[in-house]
Amino acid sequence: MGTKRHFRVWRGDDTGGSLEDFQVEVNEGEVVLDVIHRLQATQTPDLAVRWNCKAGKCGSCSMEINGKPRLGCMTRMSTFNETETVTVTPLRTFPVIRDLVTNVNFNYQKARELPAFAPPAGVAPGEYRMQQVDVERSQEFRKCIECFLCQNVCHVIRDHEENKHAFSGPRFFIRAAELDMHPLDARDDRKELAQAEQGLGYCNITKCCTEVCPEHIKITDNAIIPMKERVVDRRYDPVTWLGRKIFRRDQLDEQPVSASPKPAAAAADSGSNWHQEGPVPQEAPVGADGKLVVAELTLDRAAAGSPFGDDQVFPLPPEQLRYQHPSPPTGDGH
Amino acid sequence: MTNIERHTYDVVVIGAGGAGLRAAIEARLAGKKTAIISKSLFGKAHTVMAEGGAAAAMGNVNSKDNWQVHFRDTMRGGKFLNNFRMAELHAKEAPSRIWELETYGALFDRTKDGKISQRNFGGHEYPRLAHVGDRTGLELIRTLQQKIVSLQQEDFAEHGDYEARIRVFQECTITELFVEDGAVSGAFGYYRESGDFVLFESAAIVLATGGVGKSYKVTSNSWEYTGDGHALALRTGATLINMEFLQFHPTGMVWPPSVKGILVTESVRGDGGVLRNTEGKRFMFDYVPDVFRKQYAETEEEADRWYSDPDNNRRPPELLPRDEVARAINSEVKAGRGTKAGGVLLDIASRLPAEQIRKRLPSMYHQFKELADVDITAAPMEVGPTCHYVMGGIEVDADTTAAAVAGLFAAGEVSGGMHGSNRLGGNSLSDLLVFGKRAGEHAAAHAEKIGRRKPSAAAVEAAVDTALAPLARADAGENPYTLHHELQEIMGVLVGIIRRDGELRESITRLAELKERVKKVGVSGGRKYNPGWHLALDLRNMLVVSECTAKAALERTESRGGHTREDFPKMDPKWRKVNLVCSLDGEDVRLEHQPLPVMRPELQGLFEQTELAKYMTDEEL
Ligand SMILES: Cc1cc2nc3c(=O)[nH]c(=O)nc-3n(C[C@H](O)[C@H](O)[C@H](O)COP(=O)(O)OP(=O)(O)OC[C@H]3O[C@@H](n4cnc5c(N)ncnc54)[C@H](O)[C@@H]3O)c2cc1C
Ligand code: SF4
Ligand code: SF4
Ligand code: FES
Repeated sequence: MGTKRHFRVWRGDDTGGSLEDFQVEVNEGEVVLDVIHRLQATQTPDLAVRWNCKAGKCGSCSMEINGKPRLGCMTRMSTFNETETVTVTPLRTFPVIRDLVTNVNFNYQKARELPAFAPPAGVAPGEYRMQQVDVERSQEFRKCIECFLCQNVCHVIRDHEENKHAFSGPRFFIRAAELDMHPLDARDDRKELAQAEQGLGYCNITKCCTEVCPEHIKITDNAIIPMKERVVDRRYDPVTWLGRKIFRRDQLDEQPVSASPKPAAAAADSGSNWHQEGPVPQEAPVGADGKLVVAELTLDRAAAGSPFGDDQVFPLPPEQLRYQHPSPPTGDGH
Repeated sequence: MTNIERHTYDVVVIGAGGAGLRAAIEARLAGKKTAIISKSLFGKAHTVMAEGGAAAAMGNVNSKDNWQVHFRDTMRGGKFLNNFRMAELHAKEAPSRIWELETYGALFDRTKDGKISQRNFGGHEYPRLAHVGDRTGLELIRTLQQKIVSLQQEDFAEHGDYEARIRVFQECTITELFVEDGAVSGAFGYYRESGDFVLFESAAIVLATGGVGKSYKVTSNSWEYTGDGHALALRTGATLINMEFLQFHPTGMVWPPSVKGILVTESVRGDGGVLRNTEGKRFMFDYVPDVFRKQYAETEEEADRWYSDPDNNRRPPELLPRDEVARAINSEVKAGRGTKAGGVLLDIASRLPAEQIRKRLPSMYHQFKELADVDITAAPMEVGPTCHYVMGGIEVDADTTAAAVAGLFAAGEVSGGMHGSNRLGGNSLSDLLVFGKRAGEHAAAHAEKIGRRKPSAAAVEAAVDTALAPLARADAGENPYTLHHELQEIMGVLVGIIRRDGELRESITRLAELKERVKKVGVSGGRKYNPGWHLALDLRNMLVVSECTAKAALERTESRGGHTREDFPKMDPKWRKVNLVCSLDGEDVRLEHQPLPVMRPELQGLFEQTELAKYMTDEEL
């Protein structure tokens, strides 16, 4: 039989919430996640929390315990005083879904924007040869369990929603570093990308990310600083800079620095010459009961929908074309 | 009428572990619009927890290794109950599947000449497990996850939409599959996050949902392992085989109580760790069964020499297949030579320098330090058996992974047959890749042939009602946590590692009672991220799968691999020819005997006649 301890757990959802007080039994050897589970089983069956492995391997159970970003399954109760109140709150940097569960989609989005491993040309599967010393540097970063505690703690986005657009965060700096140090990755512009696309420049090396990493990855020392240093080298050393500039120019067609094409938002509103009104919005199709058939994607083909509608057959009969050739500029400005 | 989000896909893959992701990659590469569905976040599936490695006869460390040897080890490990064709395909194709991972960016540990390093593991004749320290599962899942992202980037470049051809639906649980006119037509489930319902219309569904361990209290498995895929398949009319075979991993943590069951990887023993009882005796030498006598060392000296000179010495008995080691530990503890917490001692501290231990077993070092406050470089670990893996699963065609219902495919832990009565360590990760790929390929071909299908509105409405029922009963119903606890109690005590006739009969009666109570389960709260509701819906799956295990365990009156009967302690060659097949008859599980496929003569020729004689009946020889 264990002792009763005082817990304060944040409960609520995207519309708001508050800390609730609980007296709960704690036994020898237990971790914070065990106590949350006991609350579920005995007092609050609908208390929301993420977890999987209970062994610090999956990175699901990230939360803030007494204000510190931690894994719930790796925080032993014996690290607190018997009388101490333990306060458990959701990660602050990400929007709350419910109770201790937050929406971490930001991270999956940033992962997509980072160009994937580029396999070396002409090396068949089974023919990859690498030395242990050479893979070890990247292996350190591949230990990452994607708990996103480092993302949560980084001040660049913690209280600055507006930076999220331009800043990928430490988790993805180590991914960039990992690929940069991969002995066989075919791209050679990882550092430039980190600067240009990931917002490496926002990081001012506070090392908070390294401090919270449960895998003890030396995020700042082994990834961010080397990436920054070399970016600095290349950007400001006039000779290297010139060399790279020239190199880039004649390679530009085959090797654009930007990996993923940018979302097309900018292109869409640039100079439309259509001289006519856009299509009238169509009424939503309703089912036999007069109600909406709720469907997000009812396309019958692979790939993205055609911007002209999937039932359109090309070429269109000319009389149905809605295009007029632009007339030459009339000179009355824009 | 409830709002239902509707999607149409060529191929729907349920499960985002190794098998599911590999299947999805293959379906997408075949040009099919593919959905991946997972109960947890992307990249957190159970595969992430695998530690030791992935078995593939690449022959990088010992060039004598080849697929024939791997095949032989797999059949021996499974006590010849394996589907021989699956074991054959697995042994042949595993190396290519591993090499392929390197082209996706995986970084395995290396040999001196720069190839993928391979390590020793129980039951494998040569060092065979490709590995990354002791976090191989993480490497595998991250690599596949990143490959999917790279395919999405290709689609973005081509179509302006990352999700044009492959989309991940994370934290989404499937509760029902639809079958019309004998073929699959779709899947239904809910988003954990919002509680909203979602319907996938599709003619090809791949089940890759993993195992069933959450029906046991002491288990290395996570909450995801509630046997959903097994149960979904049963309800569509497909069949399960070998459900009596559960692997109890010999070395789970036993102290402190809250981490009881968490795995201590077999690599500890592969790298030199030895098992001792509290009297300090290295007891495994007393437990080498006859069928393995020839391959295992008889003295400590010979066993110790094996680590440096495997060609001239036999391997230490600590590396016997898992079922043997688990039973041995169980006997030692029963005989009073175990620790207070009910385990034995696993010692690596006295066998390797501290530096080496930290290097080769970093996450074990970390795990014991953080969770048990034990420094494994200085003190032994306390370990005992834990429920780990289900050998049984959906009965599939070996080449195509197709289940008995048209359009349904299965790969990974949820499928059955590959591992026979006992799985060798490391054979799962390679199984995921080999059969995941095959599942994706054949599901895509099936979709190509059939086109798209739609479930009927009535069927969807029934699925909605079933899903909402526990919420309607609210507090008036049975508490799901209590029911789950009772189920674990029944399975752990009555259908555990050592089984007896009377107890198995009792378990079947008690499961039947529990089934009635599960029908009345109720939960308070709303639909939004409500774990009580999620558990309530998982319960019926756990229950039907447990019923399969209990009934099959009662029927099989012999001991073999992951099924040990105290009242029938011997292996019986007559039972080797039989698979027990479970199907659903209304609400109850029906059990049938089915003959095993007969191994082709050239494969039989890989074994010595005297060895086959230990397993087979006289007329078979
Ligand atoms: C601690 C541990 C260590 C291990 N070590 C090794 C090892 O060293 N070598 C080895 O070969 N094997 C090892 N194994 C076994 C191996 O990891 C598993 O058998 C394997 O990962 C199973 O993979 P899978 O793809 O079949 O399923 P999983 O990886 O378990 O994935 C299942 C997926 O299905 C999803 N899912 C389940 N139900 C539903 C549903 N109803 N709706 C939607 N999605 C659903 C889950 O969310 C998850 O994404 C280990 C296992 C454990 C527990
Ligand atoms: S070191 Fe950089 S990335 Fe890390 S927390 Fe500080 S600002 Fe953020
Ligand atoms: S780098 Fe460390 S803190 Fe950041 S996500 Fe990975 S494991 Fe978590
Ligand atoms: S539950 Fe997996 S890291 Fe905590």
